[in-house]
Amino acid sequence: MRRLDLQQVIAPAILVVAVGIGSTYVSSSNEIYFLNALVSVAIVVAIYVFIGNSGVLSFGQMSFVAVGAFLAGIMTIPLESKTGVLPELFPILRDHTVGNLASLLLAAAAGGLFALVVGLPLMRLSGLAAGIATFAVLEVTHNILREWTKIGPGATTLSLVPETTDAVQATVGALVVVAAAFVYQRSRLGRRLRASREDPAAARGVGVNVHRERLWAFVVSGALAGLAGAMLVHLLGSITTEQVYLELTFLTLAMLVIGGLTSLWGAVVGALVVSALDSFLIEAEQGVDVGISLDLPQGTRLIILGAIMALMLIFRPSGLTGGREFRLVR
Amino acid sequence: MTGTLFAVVDAQTLADAVGLGAVYALMAVGIGLVFGVLRLVNFAYGQLVMAGAYTLAFTAHWRVVWSIVACFLVVVALSLVMDRVVFRPLRGASPAVMLVATFAIAFMLQAIALLVDIRDNTIGEIATSIAPLNQPTTIHGVDVRKVTIVAVVVAAAALGLLALLLMRTTIGLHMRAAATDFGTARLLGVRANRVIGFAVLLSGILAAIVAVILTVQFPFVGPDFALRDTIVVLVGVVVGGIDRLWTATLGGFAIGFTTGVIYGALPTEQTVFLPSVVFALVILVLLIRPAGLFAWGRGPVERV
Repeated sequence: MRRLDLQQVIAPAILVVAVGIGSTYVSSSNEIYFLNALVSVAIVVAIYVFIGNSGVLSFGQMSFVAVGAFLAGIMTIPLESKTGVLPELFPILRDHTVGNLASLLLAAAAGGLFALVVGLPLMRLSGLAAGIATFAVLEVTHNILREWTKIGPGATTLSLVPETTDAVQATVGALVVVAAAFVYQRSRLGRRLRASREDPAAARGVGVNVHRERLWAFVVSGALAGLAGAMLVHLLGSITTEQVYLELTFLTLAMLVIGGLTSLWGAVVGALVVSALDSFLIEAEQGVDVGISLDLPQGTRLIILGAIMALMLIFRPSGLTGGREFRLVR
Repeated sequence: MTGTLFAVVDAQTLADAVGLGAVYALMAVGIGLVFGVLRLVNFAYGQLVMAGAYTLAFTAHWRVVWSIVACFLVVVALSLVMDRVVFRPLRGASPAVMLVATFAIAFMLQAIALLVDIRDNTIGEIATSIAPLNQPTTIHGVDVRKVTIVAVVVAAAALGLLALLLMRTTIGLHMRAAATDFGTARLLGVRANRVIGFAVLLSGILAAIVAVILTVQFPFVGPDFALRDTIVVLVGVVVGGIDRLWTATLGGFAIGFTTGVIYGALPTEQTVFLPSVVFALVILVLLIRPAGLFAWGRGPVERV
């Protein structure tokens, strides 16, 4: 691989590591923002692997994050408390507990498998139909997770999950996702899919099986999203189905759009920039002192993020990075 | 399950389902009109309805007529502003970009509503003045809420007027031409801003009508008012076939009627997984007929 190519993955990796190191230098109340930013990088890059490479809009990737989060959470709750708080679970979920690393891998596998099952029929769609169909997937996943108490906590909060996502795990996790996304997009599979994004007819003409290439991206994206979901639940220690639903879908899409839809660099930059802004706004809603005392009312956060996202789409639809990969020398 | 389903569908349920279908059909037309001229799926359409509902709630101490007038003014104004500030700069962008943009606007408007609403430290306002319309009246032994009759009559009248407008007037002809092929229509002298502005105006008026009807049925107004309905209608519109106004309308009515019948017929504990069933059916329809359930004669793949 040429040097110029490698810098496309090294630059995002340096950003991720910098945030990871930064998190160890701040107070423990601020550390959560840094770690959250790293988990956001993982989720946004996972979404980017499908949307960015295929050019097909999907509102459904949050389903895989949700499945990963709940599976990893349930499988790591200590046995002695699990039978008490979640008695209705299927025995296989109720009577077994796995370690931290195993839960992350399990979540990735479940996300990928779910994406394969869903993607097999769905990847035939494109444009609006794809947008609505993937949205329908999110609705179905949310509905089932919320109501079926044999596979999860239902409408209640899943708590008692070990909080194992620390600075090291968050950094390594985000790096793994970024590296996987890079390897995928430079591979034969990734290049064929990106060709079909630019011109589906021409790509078909040179023998690209668009359906199969999209399915690959969907599965890779689903697996990474599952992993990111596991990182999320291990960061928070507790989670509800509402936390991995519409608002997070909106937030992560905003990150991807603001950063630049069509590049890995854009996904990482967007996730970090919006996370920083978001953390600042959360603090500002509680009152913060930056030269002048700033105390924004509740809800300002979403207004500002929505406005920035809309402005970005209107004035710079290719995002902060212009949708290009990082290059030191232009 | 189907046996019990048909057994408990009575005239009551059917009347309510037709009412819901009528409201959803109106929303579908509002979304379809704008899509026709702009190729833009307006995810923020529900927030127009929500703004209207809040107007009704905040003006509940006014006379009902003025309250409704205020609702119309606010919704139409917001609709026109949305077009000028967001839709116009986005003209010509890809459908996905426009959908995401309206997604952002929807979240923003919802957050603004929350901000306005939460001043009295409670979320949600109650629109008291127009609630009496919700009382039932008896027709042949069936209790029909007055608002259901109003909904069906208003929807039929609005759709009829709209059909007349589209088929019999110059601006209607221009709109149909623009919906078929905007570029060619403009070459032939159709003025883009006028046609789009008119479509946005009409869709705003429809949103205001929907706001009034929905607020009568559900007087408790919160920031997520009509959000669920918009999602369902959007799905119905795409499933019905968004490329043509009448298939979109039919899709909206069909999904409203269907959910109305099923929710009315089944007891609550049996409907918890219903959203899954409905959305799974949606996926199925999209897979079998990507161009829309009611759209005939057009293949899903555009030949080059």
